[in-house]
Amino acid sequence: MSTTSPTQSLRAWLLTEEPASRRQARLAAWYKAWLTLRGNTLAMLGLGVLAVLILAAIFAPLLATHDPFAQDLGRRLLAPGADGHLLGTDSLGRDIYSRLLYGARISLYIVALVVMVAPVVGLIMGTVAGYAGGVLDVVLMRITDIFLAFPRLILALAFVAALGAGIENAVLAIALTAWPPYARIARAETLTIRNSEYIQAIKLQGAGPLRIVTRHVWPMCISSLVIRVTLDMAGIILTAAGLGFLGLGAQPPSPEWGAMISEGRQYILDSWWVATIPGLAIFAISLAFNLLGDGLRDMLDPKEDHS
Amino acid sequence: MVDATQGQGRLRPSLPPFLKKTLKTLLTVAVTLLGLLFVTFMIGRVMPIDPVLAVIGERATQEQYNQTYRDLGLDQPLLAQFGIYVWDVVRGDFGQSIRTGQQVTTDIARVFPATLELATLGTFLGVTLGVPLGVVAAVRRGTWIDQVARLVGLVGYSMPIFWLGLVGLLIFYGILGWVSGPGRLGIFHQGIVEPITGMLLLDSALRGEWAVFRNAFSHIILPASLLGYYSLAYISRMTRSFMLEQLGSEYVITARVKGLSEWQVVWGHAFRNIRVQLLTVIALAYANLLEGSVLTEIIFAWPGLGQYITTSLLANDMNAVLGGTIVIGTIFVGINILSDLLYRIFDPRSK
Repeated sequence: MSTTSPTQSLRAWLLTEEPASRRQARLAAWYKAWLTLRGNTLAMLGLGVLAVLILAAIFAPLLATHDPFAQDLGRRLLAPGADGHLLGTDSLGRDIYSRLLYGARISLYIVALVVMVAPVVGLIMGTVAGYAGGVLDVVLMRITDIFLAFPRLILALAFVAALGAGIENAVLAIALTAWPPYARIARAETLTIRNSEYIQAIKLQGAGPLRIVTRHVWPMCISSLVIRVTLDMAGIILTAAGLGFLGLGAQPPSPEWGAMISEGRQYILDSWWVATIPGLAIFAISLAFNLLGDGLRDMLDPKEDHS
Repeated sequence: MVDATQGQGRLRPSLPPFLKKTLKTLLTVAVTLLGLLFVTFMIGRVMPIDPVLAVIGERATQEQYNQTYRDLGLDQPLLAQFGIYVWDVVRGDFGQSIRTGQQVTTDIARVFPATLELATLGTFLGVTLGVPLGVVAAVRRGTWIDQVARLVGLVGYSMPIFWLGLVGLLIFYGILGWVSGPGRLGIFHQGIVEPITGMLLLDSALRGEWAVFRNAFSHIILPASLLGYYSLAYISRMTRSFMLEQLGSEYVITARVKGLSEWQVVWGHAFRNIRVQLLTVIALAYANLLEGSVLTEIIFAWPGLGQYITTSLLANDMNAVLGGTIVIGTIFVGINILSDLLYRIFDPRSK
C-alpha cells in the first residue's frame, strides 16, 4: 500500500482506463486534451498572451497609471518613457499605456459579443438545414451562399452605413458577415451523424426532432465550431479594428485600438509611437488567437495531419 | 403500356450532362446575385436617412417632396420597388451620387482602374513569391525554411493591414526615402499621360513616358507589396498543403524509384498536378485583394474603389456605397464561378 499524494491520485483518477462515471470520463477527456495542448509550445504562448490580455482588461483600473480620457495639451506627443508615461502620450496628451489597457476591454467586449451571436446563428441554421433536409435545406444553404459570396469587409461597411457608426452596430455587422462558415460546418457535421445508429436508437425511444438536434446533434458540432471560432477570432479583431480605423466602429474618445491608430495616423512621421503601439497590440492579440487556434485544431481534429 | 412509357422515357432527348451542369451553375449565379441585390436593397431601405430629403434638401415644399417621393417610386409596394431596383441595376444604373453629382456608374468606371492596377500587381507579387515558397516549404518539410514559411503566413494572417501600411510609409518613405509617399503620381508628373486603360503603369508604358512610369512605379510599389504580402501568406500556405498531398502519393514514390531527379519529381510531376487547384486559390486571392484594398487605399490616399466607397459612406451617399458594394460583390461571385469552371475544364478528375 503506497501512499499517494492528492495531486497524484487526481492525475491517476483522470487518466484511468476505465472511468466509473460519465463525469469522470468527460473530465478525463478534457484533461487529456489539455495535456496534448500543453505540449504545443506555440499554442501555449498564444494562450499566455490571451491570459495577459484578459487580466489587463479586468485589472485595467489598477494597472493604469493615468486616466485614459484625461487630456493635457501641455504634454502632448511625449515620447515613450518621458515623464512617467510608459508608452508616451497622444495628440491630446492622453497616456497611451492607460488607453491601451482600457482598449483591451473594448476588444474583448467586441470578440465576446460576436462569438455569442455568429456561431450560434450558424449552428442553428446549419443543424436545422442538415437535419430537416429537402426544401428547407436548399433555401437555408442558398441564403448562406449569398452571404458567403459577399466580401466581408465591404458587407460590414454597408451594414454599418445603414445602422450608423458605433461599437454595437460594428459588432452586429461583423456577426452578420461571420455566421455563414459556421452554418456550413454545422450542416456538414449534422449530415454525417443524422443517419448514425445512435440517432436511430434515440428516435426509437421516442425523441422528437427538437430534442435530437439540441441534445444529440449540437454537442457533436461543438468541437469543430470551437476550432473555427478561435481561428476566426483574429479576423474578427482585424475587421473590428479596421472599422474603428475608418471611424465606423468605436467613436472617440473611446480608446479602441483601431481608432487609436486612426488618431495617430497624421503624426506617424514625427511621433511614430502614437499609431504604432496600438497596432502592435492588435497584432499580438490576433497572432495569439491564430497560434491557439492552430494548436486546438491539431488537438481536437486528429483526422487531418496539419503539421 | 408500361413498356411504352419506359421506351418514351429512354427516347426523350435529354440535355447533355455538361450543358445541364452549366445551366445549373448559371441558375445558382442568378439566385446569388439576386440575393446580393436584395441585401443591398434592404440596406438602402432601413437607412435612417430619408431618401427624398437626400435628393431635394431640407427646404423643399411639401409638393416637391410628394413629387420626388412618387418619382423615386417610394409609393409603390416593396416588391415592386425591388423589381424597379433590379431592373435599374441590370441596366447599369446605380443612381446618382449625392457627393460627386455624377452617375455612380461613371464614378466607378473612373476609380476602378486604380484598384484593379493595385490588386493585379499585388497578386502578381504574391504569386511569384508565394508559390515557390510554398513548394520549397513542402519539399523541405520540417526544416527552417518550412518554419519561416509558416511564420510568414501566421504574421500575414494576424497583421492589421492598415497598420502595416502606416509602418511601411514611416520606414520606407519617412526614414529611408526609397519610395514615394501617398497618392498615385507625383504632382509634376500629373496630366502628362493621356489615359487609355486608366492603369497608370500600363498607360505610361504604352505611351513611352518612362519618367511618368518610374514615378508611378515608386508610388505603387509599397501598397502593392503590402497587398502582395497578404496574398503571399494565403497562397504559400495553400501551395504547401497541396504539394504535401501530392508528395505523399504513390506516383511520386514511383518517379523517385525510377531515378528521376528531385527537380523533375517536384516540378515535373507533383507541381503539374496542383496547377489547377492553385489557379482557383490565386483567383480567390485576387478577389480578396480587390476587397482588401479598401483599407490600403485609405492609408495610401489611393483614388480607387475602396476609397470611393469609404468616402461616400462617411458622406451618407448611399447610392455610391451600394453601387460600389454591388460591383465588388459581383466581381467576387464572378471570380468564384470562373475558378469553379476552370477547375471543371482543366481537371479531368472532376469529370
